[in-house]
Amino acid sequence: MSRPPARRARRRPVAALAPYLMVLPGWLWLAAFFVAPVLVMLSLSLQTGDFIDGFRQTFHVGTYGDALATYHTQLVRSLLYGGAATVCCLLIGYPVAYWIAFRAGRHKSVYLFLLLLPFFVSFVIRTQSWNVVLADNGVVLGPLKHLGLLPGDFHVLATPYAVIGGLAYNFLPFMVLPVYVALERVDPRLLEAAADLYAGRAATFGRVVLPLSLPGVFAGVLLTFVPASADYVNAAILGGPSTTMIGNIIQTEYFTNLDYPGAAALSFLLMGTLLIAVFLYARALGTEDVLEVAAR
Amino acid sequence: MTTTATPSRTVRRRRAVRRGSGLRLWTWLVIGWLLLPIAVMILFGFNDTSGKVNFTWQGFTLTWYEHLFAIPNLTDALLNSLGIGLVVAVVATLLGTPIGMALGRYRFRGRGSVDLLLFAAIAAPEIALGAALLSLFIILGVPRGYGTVVVAHVAFCIPYVAITVRARMAGYDPTLEEAARDLGAGPWTAFRLVTLPMLLPGVVSGALLCFALSVDDYVITSFNAGRTVTFPLWVYSAARTGVPPQVNVMGTLIFAAGLLVAGANVLLARRRAG
Repeated sequence: MSRPPARRARRRPVAALAPYLMVLPGWLWLAAFFVAPVLVMLSLSLQTGDFIDGFRQTFHVGTYGDALATYHTQLVRSLLYGGAATVCCLLIGYPVAYWIAFRAGRHKSVYLFLLLLPFFVSFVIRTQSWNVVLADNGVVLGPLKHLGLLPGDFHVLATPYAVIGGLAYNFLPFMVLPVYVALERVDPRLLEAAADLYAGRAATFGRVVLPLSLPGVFAGVLLTFVPASADYVNAAILGGPSTTMIGNIIQTEYFTNLDYPGAAALSFLLMGTLLIAVFLYARALGTEDVLEVAAR
Repeated sequence: MTTTATPSRTVRRRRAVRRGSGLRLWTWLVIGWLLLPIAVMILFGFNDTSGKVNFTWQGFTLTWYEHLFAIPNLTDALLNSLGIGLVVAVVATLLGTPIGMALGRYRFRGRGSVDLLLFAAIAAPEIALGAALLSLFIILGVPRGYGTVVVAHVAFCIPYVAITVRARMAGYDPTLEEAARDLGAGPWTAFRLVTLPMLLPGVVSGALLCFALSVDDYVITSFNAGRTVTFPLWVYSAARTGVPPQVNVMGTLIFAAGLLVAGANVLLARRRAG
């Protein structure tokens, strides 16, 4: 009879350690291959030298200025394209999320599944498919040109529209899902209450539904804007020389120009800008909500 | 005044229906837009085209399904992707599951910082993760290849597993495990017989998610692959000159397999619930 308490007492220090032991292996992996690399990249961005003679730590901050001076066009363009794609996603996606949340009835999960279907196809293949659809003499433009409805040199590919369209296409579900989650949480009794207080449909939407859905909109904006601005696959496959985004530059700097400090500085400029924005948003929202949405 | 200013009930209802159907039409248009490239991918896998230029419809054929593996380095790339996905799913699930369990079950000092780490890893743009890891490998002089791709994929998959498992833990009642202990089960037995079965759907979805993310990833892989070529890398490099129809067929098969797995998952969940 005296045994169980003794056992329990012995178990306690282990129990206190348990969460740490469980977190440790994965934490070490992330520390080694996520946190450390970011610090190494920071250090690399402050080194000088070249590929052949090697690089040395000189804390040369000027690399950042040079990188900005040379590539500010592409950095600004990335933010503009990312922003434009995010606005498109919001305008296209909000009504969809609204309709599914309030009008789709029993079939909500079917519609959500249809919205997620693109994720069952590889990102690169989806983008490449648009390349086929929008090709200069492809299935859409070919017949139109043949009928003389479009001039022969008309093209969509290699224009900003193709890149922004591709970005909006690829990241739309990241906007629809969080907005849907927020709208789904709106208590229908609030809508009835608004109607009882003689609010018209526009007033009900503007003063009840829209404010309640704003956390979802914020989350959706983040989840769309960050990856869209940093993306370079769409610009590479659907764009041309005049639509180069900062991601394309970073890749070229690393692999073609072998200018590691410059590339690291550019990555850091991009990541810094975007991460600061994310954490400001996350603080305003509470990270738990954003994480929950991100995990979907 | 009220009778003339407010529209009659039937008019209002008709208007509501019209408004609702406008949104319904919009939703279906958007879904059509989302599915269009998938339809094109599937359709052009049956295109009787010659050579690598697969842009216009030439007639129906099954020849690309017959000669699916006719391009050796494309086949190698696909096998690389599947192999990497498998290893990544196993390793990331083993590392991420305990994190999810700890976060879902214990309040401990440092819990917030673990949360923040997972959040940062998910929120950071892929290109930054890829570039940062490449910087590390360059500084350490590690040659890039199969191994570095696995390491990179595991790193970005761990947070997804942890979050999926934690979500599953939210519905977990710790008294069940205590009851098992009171009935004489040791800690390992209680975990194996009580906690694990309850957790398993979360762990399985986490592993499947990892596999899907890994097989699909282009950006991080392109930074850390060295000479190793995965399926997305192969398609990307072919995109400029023209993608052969075999890629469409492989994409179609992956799509179909994904649907089957998702369907099976739903059915299993329903059976368990019912």
